[in-house]
Amino acid sequence: MQWESVIGLEVHLQLATKSKIFSGSPTTFGAEPNTQASAVDLAMPGMLPVLNEQAVCFAVKFGLGIGARIGKRSVFDRKNYFYPDLPKGYQISQFEAPIVGQGSFEILMADGNTRSIGITRAHLEEDAGKSLHEDFHGQTGIDLNRAGTPLLEIVSEPELRNAAEAVAYLKALHSLVRYLGISDGNMAEGSMRCDVNISLRPAGSETLGTRAEIKNVNSFRFVEKAIRHEIERQSAILEDGGKVVQETRLYDAERDETRAMRSKEVANDYRYFPEPDLLPVVIDDDYIEAIRSTLPELPTDKRRRFTAQFGLSKYDADVLSDNRPLADYFEAVAAACGDAKIAANWVQVELLGQLNRDARSFDNCPVSAADLGSLIRRILDHSISGKIAKQVFEAMWQGAGSADAIIEARGLQQVSDSGALETIVDQVISANAAQVQQYLDADEAKRKKLTGFFVGQVMQLSKGQANPQVVNDLLAKKLV
Amino acid sequence: MHTKSVAQLVKGLRKRQFSSVEVTRTYLDRIAALDSQYNSFITVDEAAALAAAATADKRLAAGDGAALTGIPIAHKDIFCTDGMRTSCGSRMLDNFVPPYDATVIQRFRTAGAVLLGKTNMDEFAMGSSTESSFYGPARNPWNTELVPGGSSGGSAAAVAGLLAPAATGTDTGGSIRQPAAFCGITGLKPTYGRVSRLGMVAFASSLDQAGPMAHSAEDCALLLNIMAGHDPLDSTSSTAATTDYCATLGDSLAGLRIGLPAEYFGEGLDAATGECISFALKELEALGATLVEVTLPHSALTIPTYYIIAPAEASTNLSRFDGVRYGYRCEHPVDLHDLYTRTRQEGFGDEVKRRILVGTYALSAGYYDAYYKKAQQVRRLIKQDFMDCFEQVDIIAGPTTPGPAFALGAKSNDPIAMYLEDVYTLAVNLAGLPGMSVPAGFVDNKPVGLQLIGRHFDEARLLNVAHRFQQGTQWHLRTPDSVQGGPK
Repeated sequence: MQWESVIGLEVHLQLATKSKIFSGSPTTFGAEPNTQASAVDLAMPGMLPVLNEQAVCFAVKFGLGIGARIGKRSVFDRKNYFYPDLPKGYQISQFEAPIVGQGSFEILMADGNTRSIGITRAHLEEDAGKSLHEDFHGQTGIDLNRAGTPLLEIVSEPELRNAAEAVAYLKALHSLVRYLGISDGNMAEGSMRCDVNISLRPAGSETLGTRAEIKNVNSFRFVEKAIRHEIERQSAILEDGGKVVQETRLYDAERDETRAMRSKEVANDYRYFPEPDLLPVVIDDDYIEAIRSTLPELPTDKRRRFTAQFGLSKYDADVLSDNRPLADYFEAVAAACGDAKIAANWVQVELLGQLNRDARSFDNCPVSAADLGSLIRRILDHSISGKIAKQVFEAMWQGAGSADAIIEARGLQQVSDSGALETIVDQVISANAAQVQQYLDADEAKRKKLTGFFVGQVMQLSKGQANPQVVNDLLAKKLV
Repeated sequence: MHTKSVAQLVKGLRKRQFSSVEVTRTYLDRIAALDSQYNSFITVDEAAALAAAATADKRLAAGDGAALTGIPIAHKDIFCTDGMRTSCGSRMLDNFVPPYDATVIQRFRTAGAVLLGKTNMDEFAMGSSTESSFYGPARNPWNTELVPGGSSGGSAAAVAGLLAPAATGTDTGGSIRQPAAFCGITGLKPTYGRVSRLGMVAFASSLDQAGPMAHSAEDCALLLNIMAGHDPLDSTSSTAATTDYCATLGDSLAGLRIGLPAEYFGEGLDAATGECISFALKELEALGATLVEVTLPHSALTIPTYYIIAPAEASTNLSRFDGVRYGYRCEHPVDLHDLYTRTRQEGFGDEVKRRILVGTYALSAGYYDAYYKKAQQVRRLIKQDFMDCFEQVDIIAGPTTPGPAFALGAKSNDPIAMYLEDVYTLAVNLAGLPGMSVPAGFVDNKPVGLQLIGRHFDEARLLNVAHRFQQGTQWHLRTPDSVQGGPK
């Protein structure tokens, strides 16, 4: 039978607030265990939560970014369960009245087409601490630095159909939250954690099959592998006439497999009820509009504008709109040089290449957009060739100065003066009498090839600085 | 010395008629001499109290005294005290020394008060007799065979036994008013949100409220002036303006309309207690008030509603006592499950376990709508009853309890009978209103309390009515025989 997979993602996004969602403790990653846990985070007796307004602002930003209805009155609930890294014995979350309602955003598929994916809801909650099983022989250590870190849980509709779409969704989400400035989206540090819900049904069927939930898949690559693997596992079961069990599974990256964690039959009854220590969060239109006015141009809009305004390909527009520093840099280069297509090419090939090689980010990029713009202007006005420009760029990267200064200092100015080039052309002609004769005897097609030879010789003698157009014209005049 | 009111002590200290060290020494000596019969304190740190008193004396000598500088105050052992054990009457927290002060404690320190000690209470404030304390029951100074009420029974007994000039308590369903009534003292439960809950070990978050317990309304006003006010660290604390609660104590009661709910004077009310209340109401009439009959139609639903909501909140508030980070931990746990179950089995007493079970059940999948959600709906109706009454009257009055203090052990094996003790007080918490208990006579030498209930944030009016009543009566000045002997 032909199976269709139905995939929904739950993403836990760590919001980039300075302090925790219900206490004043800092949220910095990687501190010594339990050095960022206050009495509130430790759930000491009598301690009370106070909502961090910044977390609300970030959640609303996200809601506006996906065109969602913002919950004007959202309520925090207690989700009750016992675990050593959950100090209060309950997690403060949102259940019946989340802060962000239904919305959607666009993802870009590998074939260049776009799809709109629905978001069911997004709600605020606090993170738990960490259990450290490895460091203590026969015991478990508890680190509560992460306890109380603000999370936005983003639940997608089950509208994704395969691993590639799921990855495209995550990439688009990653890009969106970074544009909004609400999260660093760093998957390696756990700022973006993903649970995958996946089920199979006969192609064309409208009813959903039994799903399995794969917990904590924490890189784009693992999401792809885990989904591929899970589709294979479930289709094998179904092909054998078996039934998929509703359960939580864990992806093991080392063995590239998923395995059962706990089955839903023994799942916790979380006993949700409204958190009596916090008042409902009431948001008015003024608040929402004030936040809306701070929203930047979002990746989808930017991508569309890049194709429309600059005539870029969908691929180029997608790459260049991936994150704001890159997009801003590109636009600044395009403005400085006046040719967006060449700017797009230089930014993608030379600039991103160098940044990757040096593992640098735009924060400490040694070549400013204005400088790269002036370098490209020198190509456009034929002061230098594209090839020389790469040398100049290399020197700029090393801190040798502006494009013009380097061209000047190293005498890399393209030679267009026909007087000066004539001498070189004459030299080449007299030094290659045999080739000249061949040329004169050849037909039109062969002559073209031989012209290339003469141009190459002139370039060599001029150390690449000869203007190829002028050389061509001179050769055409002389070789008769 | 020990018969002076807080107001008199404040004046005497200001005039340097006596020192804070002398006052504090007197009360410490009385505790040492007499508390074996009341068991009203769990923790007393004499050295710390005397050191604080000496500091207070220096401030007073320098003319730098604050509102309560040098006044010893006892605090219910539910308020976290920096560096001093805070047990909440439970084995679970027998070893717990907080590294922070509750906001209430902090405010008293700022006002210059001396922390006299921590008073006995029902375990986690769950009870109406102080018999569920891990430290043994407190006793009623009027007759030590009787309970002092609860859960703030230690505070009530300490004040009634003249072991402290005043104390703090907390009231989730009557835990200030009922022991105040049983012990013949004055107690005020402020409006929900009037006093910060930060650092107060939580029982039922939407009902808990701290308040003063003292001999007179005037002393309660002096304490409330310190306790009341917004706390940015308690999201449920109110930003409504406070007032000087002493300023309006003497206002006339002419024209005051007092509502008498039919439901508070019917079946279940002890006849002799009812008579005391009737006399008290006549006194108020004589002071210019008008008595108006009102009804609270949903009163019969109060107990079931309360005993869903309070245990539900308690069941999750007490989840943090898991033996992982602080407090009691069972010995040699074999695994995590064993750590949890034995820690909680051994650390909690029966009444606490009973409420955790009831609350867990009420919140469970499949029962939530029928119990917790329904209870919240009924709670709104109960509150609306009061709002309707306050359209016609300024305050509501009635008995604080159905009868006077009962004997130790009389109800400790019958939870339902114990729950019925709070029939007149619970609704006030469900509605978030301020309520007071004022001494209003005796039945067989056992004190009777008159309950006054006000509009939200109308504590000043309650204190005013109580103060005028106390100017015309002597009930609050009577002291039990058992306070004789001991240092003066």
